[in-house]
Amino acid sequence: MCKIDVQTRILARNDDTASHNRIHFLERGIFTVNVMGSPGSGKTAVLEATARAFDRRAIAALAGDLATDNDAARLQRAGIRSRAITTGQACHLDAELVHHELHHLDLSGVDYLFIENVGNLVCPAVYDLGQSANVVALSVTEGEDKPLKYPTMFAKADLVLITKIDLLPYLGTDLDAIQDALARVMPNPQVVLLSAREGYGIDSWLAWLTKSRDEIFSAAEVMA
Amino acid sequence: MHEYSIIESLVDSVAAAVPNNATVHRIDVRIGEVAGVDCTLLATAFEVFRAGTLCERASMTIERIPAQWECPRCKNPIARGAFLRCASCNEPARLAAGDEIVLQRIELEVD
Repeated sequence: MCKIDVQTRILARNDDTASHNRIHFLERGIFTVNVMGSPGSGKTAVLEATARAFDRRAIAALAGDLATDNDAARLQRAGIRSRAITTGQACHLDAELVHHELHHLDLSGVDYLFIENVGNLVCPAVYDLGQSANVVALSVTEGEDKPLKYPTMFAKADLVLITKIDLLPYLGTDLDAIQDALARVMPNPQVVLLSAREGYGIDSWLAWLTKSRDEIFSAAEVMA
Repeated sequence: MHEYSIIESLVDSVAAAVPNNATVHRIDVRIGEVAGVDCTLLATAFEVFRAGTLCERASMTIERIPAQWECPRCKNPIARGAFLRCASCNEPARLAAGDEIVLQRIELEVD
């Protein structure tokens, strides 16, 4: 009998593929966002609203779901170059699924790639896809304590979009309680309040995207 | 339920680390509290998935690593459940431990 100390990351293969994807994006000047959140939290609606307010030629999207290509079709109708990734039974996207689909998506002229993950507050947080940033959509219909219940997802988020805020008058959701919960699971909570339907907050969201992309690529220029 | 995918990767990692003629008796894994992995589900997934693999006769022990947030500047730990920002330095906290998904050790016999 012998023992081997391995000390290896179990998801090393995924992480290697994610690094490969990341280099591919960065070399092309593409800021890639992993958009996560519960089913029905408004991820697709946010991207549709983004397309209405931004240069659509500069945006592309991959939309992950267990079944149907409905979200990719919605994004396509909104003017965003999109591809569906249907995962079958898998509850999350992984780097290999993204890598495979990239061969079918024309990224020429694209500055922002949105990877809309499978609607789920648990599994997608575990798999690196090669993104530059994680954004979590949390709708006001979901309850104030979601961040405390799903700390891993929020700990990995660079930005939380609190969506559907046009429903606030009907729900009485306590936004301060959400902020309090976020501060206990996110080291540096950044939040944008947003209504995709009414367009509220879209300017702040676009400003965050532009600033975050500039930070990454100006840093890369300095290093070069 | 991504625990099945993780077990699949775990079995691949074991296969990559041992010789072809090895019999694997035990594997030790470390799972962080905020790694996003449920240890009970992971154990169940292992029981189901190991059949027909080189881990078929292996047991798995899971070491749960508690989440530990600290200030990146003064290294003071942040109390559980508190705001993740250092009260003295006002720096956003850093996760010092608790995001591990690691294959730590393999016990095996080579024929």
